[in-house]
Amino acid sequence: MSKGRIPHWADVTLVPLTSVFLAFVISAILIWAIGESPWAAVKLMVEGAFGSSYGWGYTLFYATNFIFTGLAVAVAFQARLFNIGGEGQALLGGLGVALVCLYIPWPHWSLALIGATLGAAVFGAAWAFIPGYLQARRGSHIVITTIMFNFIAASLLGYFLVNVLRPQGAQDPSSPRFPSETALPKLHEILGVFGIPFSTVPPVNISLLVAVGMCFAVWFMLWRTRLGYQIRAFGESEPAAEYAGISPARITIYVMLISGALAGLMAVNSVMGEQQRLVLNAVEGAGFIGIAVALMGRNHPFGVFLAAMLFGFLYQGGAELALWTGIPRELIVVIQALVILFTGALDNMVRIPIARLFAMRGAR
Amino acid sequence: MDMMVLVQVLESTMRLATPLLFACLAGLISERAGVFDIGLEGKMLVAAFMAASIAYVSGNVWIGVVAAVGVSVLMSLMHGLASITFRGNQLISGVAINFLAAGITVVIAQNWFRQGGRTPSLSGDARMARIDLPFATALRDVPVIGPIYYGILSGHALLVYVALLCVPLTWFMLFRTRFGLRLRAVGENPAAVDTAGVSVVGLRYAAVAICGVLCGLAGAYLSTGLSAGFVKDMTAGRGFIALAAMIFAKWRPWHALGAVFLFGLLEAVANRFQSIDILGVNLPVQAMQALPYILTVVILAGFVGKAIPPRAGGAAYVKEH
Repeated sequence: MSKGRIPHWADVTLVPLTSVFLAFVISAILIWAIGESPWAAVKLMVEGAFGSSYGWGYTLFYATNFIFTGLAVAVAFQARLFNIGGEGQALLGGLGVALVCLYIPWPHWSLALIGATLGAAVFGAAWAFIPGYLQARRGSHIVITTIMFNFIAASLLGYFLVNVLRPQGAQDPSSPRFPSETALPKLHEILGVFGIPFSTVPPVNISLLVAVGMCFAVWFMLWRTRLGYQIRAFGESEPAAEYAGISPARITIYVMLISGALAGLMAVNSVMGEQQRLVLNAVEGAGFIGIAVALMGRNHPFGVFLAAMLFGFLYQGGAELALWTGIPRELIVVIQALVILFTGALDNMVRIPIARLFAMRGAR
Repeated sequence: MDMMVLVQVLESTMRLATPLLFACLAGLISERAGVFDIGLEGKMLVAAFMAASIAYVSGNVWIGVVAAVGVSVLMSLMHGLASITFRGNQLISGVAINFLAAGITVVIAQNWFRQGGRTPSLSGDARMARIDLPFATALRDVPVIGPIYYGILSGHALLVYVALLCVPLTWFMLFRTRFGLRLRAVGENPAAVDTAGVSVVGLRYAAVAICGVLCGLAGAYLSTGLSAGFVKDMTAGRGFIALAAMIFAKWRPWHALGAVFLFGLLEAVANRFQSIDILGVNLPVQAMQALPYILTVVILAGFVGKAIPPRAGGAAYVKEH
């Protein structure tokens, strides 16, 4: 439609930036309306997230989660599949990590990391496989089934934590602590090797590097492999892809497996890297933030990385805001909702005026 | 399970099914017109907050209900703006509405009441009064009829009966009026409706607005009838259960009634028992919580009868030039 009239550079920068700008303006109005100063809030957030290595550490920790879930949604979007089930897939990923860490005696964290990565990916992928299969073979709408699977995952995890993994006599529905051999090195330990000082408090750990690696891997898969080409072709036009001999069912299932595995990997960061045990709310909405991250990042791994950093900043900044002002943390959920609304649903509202601007410039 | 417990569980089923029924019919009407709505949860949540806070401030629950319906319709129109006017992705718009509701209710509740994102608890006229059906006390001790009429059916808030009444009303509107025929047509084949000279956009906005009214009632009942005040995230997935019930009922009003009662019963049982034994199999509480979703997936998969949504659902209508 009007897409062709916007130059590519503007499509990937101007459109998402305008959307985010609109989301921020409305959030600022909201902050002002509840009697706080938007400017002071922004200052507090930036200082809290980037003012110290402590703040940076948390920002990067959150960003790591969002890179995984954002990539998960983005890969599915490339095939025009809306995987809303990142939350459930990440929960199951956590179960995979917990089982691997608890029941296999790992001699060293590096081996445990490989094992947990596989466990998280396999469990996440398995949880996404069923909706993928049902979409591919039975035509069940993937959005509805993945929503349902989020709730089923929460119940399943609740059952496992209460009845299976909970140590005898413990009150909390949570698994026992993982053995200390499975503790992942924190960022300050890694930077310490190079003599760079970094705060020891934040849970940011080596999974950050895994996440960045995954950005490259997903980029490579999408734009440098046959499967990636098929996924993108399928996303552009299903009939054309089918005519070219690409099986829609096969692509749907493959994409969901990859997407679920990526969402599951989030647990390596949050469950293994931070908590060192499995708790009920290990995901805390990060699966859903992946939707905002993917939309903002235009479904490109590099965009996902940048958007994840932005949301990492918002989460850390928002926590500081809640600590020092009367603005609750939920403000971030509002911003997240507005980003999804403008970059996702009201895309045309932003795009059409920009397209018009370019048309006017072209006419002159 | 003795008789007393059975009556209590069924009585609580009536109450738990009510918000589901409103929301389920809301989704049903919207989707029949071709607008997917996964934002039922969010609209209910905002309505629940609005009902509780306005009822608290004014001391009159019905002013709260009006405010709840108002704000819910407003959210619906936002969904309409995104998905009908700007032809955006209806599913993404629904997701956005859910998050907007989850965030903004807490931010504003904290600002207004400073009680950690909840409203003060409601009492007196700020809550929905229970209504005794005629002759309920007189029939109380009659066997069979007494427990059913007095114990289960009577003594609920007005909105419980309104919800039940909405089932035949929705059926009548959809299948016996011209408006309903057009509404269904716009969900199956909008081009045909357009050719007949009827506004596709107008019909879809009407459906979305009705959906908003019903979600408003669902939320209002939740915070002023079922409980006495708003707490953070109090819808707790009910909007999605309603969505599940709608699919389970295959987008038909009378079947929706059956579906929400089944799901309401599961919730009532899960609230009361930690686990139950059915035919020697021990069913943990988590299984009962997950059952509505599992049943819906089974139905969607077409293993037990196929659930076929309205054909033009989810797609914006682009007029031919």
